[in-house]
Amino acid sequence: MMDLLEFPAPARASSILRLAGRLGRAIRGLPLSVIVGSLILLFWIACALFGDRLVPFDPYGEDFLATLAPPDATHWFGTDQLGRDIFSRIIVGSRDILLVAPLATLGGVASGTIIGLVLGYFDGLVDAVGARLLDTLMAFPFIVLVTMTLVALGPSNVTVILVIAIAYAPLVARTVRAAVREQREREYVSAARLGGENAFAIMVLEILPNIRETILIELVTRLGYAFFSIATLSFLGLGIQPPSADWGLAVADGYGFLTGGKWWGVVFNSAAIVSLVMATNLIAQGVGAFENVDR
Amino acid sequence: MLSGRTLSTRAASLLLTLWLVSVLVFLAGQVLPGDVGRVMLGPFADAQAVAALNKQLGADQPLLVQYWRWFSAALTGDFGTSLSMRAPVAPFVLQSLGRSAALAGIILLFLVPAGVGAGIVAGLNQGRLADRLIVLTGISFGIVPDFVSGLLLLMVFGLWLNWFPITGAAPDGAGFWTSGYYLILPALPLVLNLTGYLARMTRAGVVEALAADYTRTATLKGLDRSQVILRHVLPNALTPTIAVLATQSGYMLGGLVVIEALFGIQGLGNLVLNAAKSRDFPMLEAGVLVMATIFVLSAAAGDLIQALLDPRQRRRASL
Repeated sequence: MMDLLEFPAPARASSILRLAGRLGRAIRGLPLSVIVGSLILLFWIACALFGDRLVPFDPYGEDFLATLAPPDATHWFGTDQLGRDIFSRIIVGSRDILLVAPLATLGGVASGTIIGLVLGYFDGLVDAVGARLLDTLMAFPFIVLVTMTLVALGPSNVTVILVIAIAYAPLVARTVRAAVREQREREYVSAARLGGENAFAIMVLEILPNIRETILIELVTRLGYAFFSIATLSFLGLGIQPPSADWGLAVADGYGFLTGGKWWGVVFNSAAIVSLVMATNLIAQGVGAFENVDR
Repeated sequence: MLSGRTLSTRAASLLLTLWLVSVLVFLAGQVLPGDVGRVMLGPFADAQAVAALNKQLGADQPLLVQYWRWFSAALTGDFGTSLSMRAPVAPFVLQSLGRSAALAGIILLFLVPAGVGAGIVAGLNQGRLADRLIVLTGISFGIVPDFVSGLLLLMVFGLWLNWFPITGAAPDGAGFWTSGYYLILPALPLVLNLTGYLARMTRAGVVEALAADYTRTATLKGLDRSQVILRHVLPNALTPTIAVLATQSGYMLGGLVVIEALFGIQGLGNLVLNAAKSRDFPMLEAGVLVMATIFVLSAAAGDLIQALLDPRQRRRASL
């Protein structure tokens, strides 16, 4: 039998094949939980991007002849109090939270990393003052800190991103600070210092690459908690605002109709929230989080 | 015993944190909204009315003067007048604090035995099926948002099976046991959420104590396993658990906001939430200040208890 290799594919195709092969090997090396989590996450990202073209009904279209209809063949997940199709709303409802949560996490982890690098690298007054300020920010229960600041700034997608980032920064900074302290005593740092590198270069070029695993774990774990917190804030009416089809908002809407036996709004939207949080946590578990991360 | 110097350093840094908390609360409540009178009266209010309200609230004074007035009054227990209730804030805060404390008590009543018990079982069976099941179940429950698990419990046990009332507020004049019964369903979401975390921390303590030299010594001198575990492993393993409980009280306080809203309990969480929604800044500031103070004090108490129980930590001066 002839070996396939005797027929070299055109250059472009072979590079694609090689890329696919490498991707395949990389995926096979991943823990199962990461694969499953990523698939769920990708599903919701696809829904956020293309959902409005695929849904059977207009997610914002009201139908006052069919309000609070139970699930049936037309409306798979039933309709809400304005007669809007819940299935269609869930599909496009991932949009806001999938935009807000990653941006908030990124902001919090980035600023927390910068603060942690500085506090960890410099001793003395900078560290003493900084650590005290971080303690103060962490003296507020998370939801309370966020509630207080959101009210002062007025709830919107932008302020939610800002406020969650502010609340995460000290938590990340504390972890990064500890990691930097550990690295600071290593020989490669003294070598760089003797070599005449300035503090900024040592922090960014020498220490940062060596604590990237800590930062990655922070990123993934915080993202999970960001989905959790933003859904909670929306449920409380302080997060994503109507007319968004956001799941937390929809659960809050459906909550009022529970006693009348209208369970579908709450159940399906809750399931969507749980699937998203669970997906992120499956990934987090795969990268070895859950060991030392506080919330 | 702890040295006097250590204690005074800790007390000083505690006071410093509390003072900074008050500054932050003041900034968030009175400075971030900008023109407080305008925010409260809305965009269409008369400029004169806004100015009059600002004068009445003292918001036209320099910041430092405002802060000093607010802070010195708060120290004497005077948190100002609620804007929505038109009455002093302090009695509302006290009343809701009592209701939240009752709920927190019920939560701890379930959480501590469940979390510590599961953690000990998992730690003693490290790597076996029971261990994995406990850790996995704990993580699974830990990632479900409180309001989701609360709603599901409410639907299943409140509306469908009718085992529990769907509100957390017992009717007026209800006795001790009845009030407690009303709080069981609201307590469960936070118990579910926190048990896994507490169990993981307890488990880590047990695993560490099992591997320690003193455990080996105790085994080698001929004590049987149950004696080793009861006398040597558990006392050492449970010390860190106490600190974990103290730090998690902050998460619990935050969780109260959601749970109290869900089950209609007029506690501290609901007070903060409603004050936030109605932009009742004096009420919001008082509620947040009380919550943060409880959190800071409980974390400090956790540190202190741990220091008292663990001789190795008695000399550590920094908080």
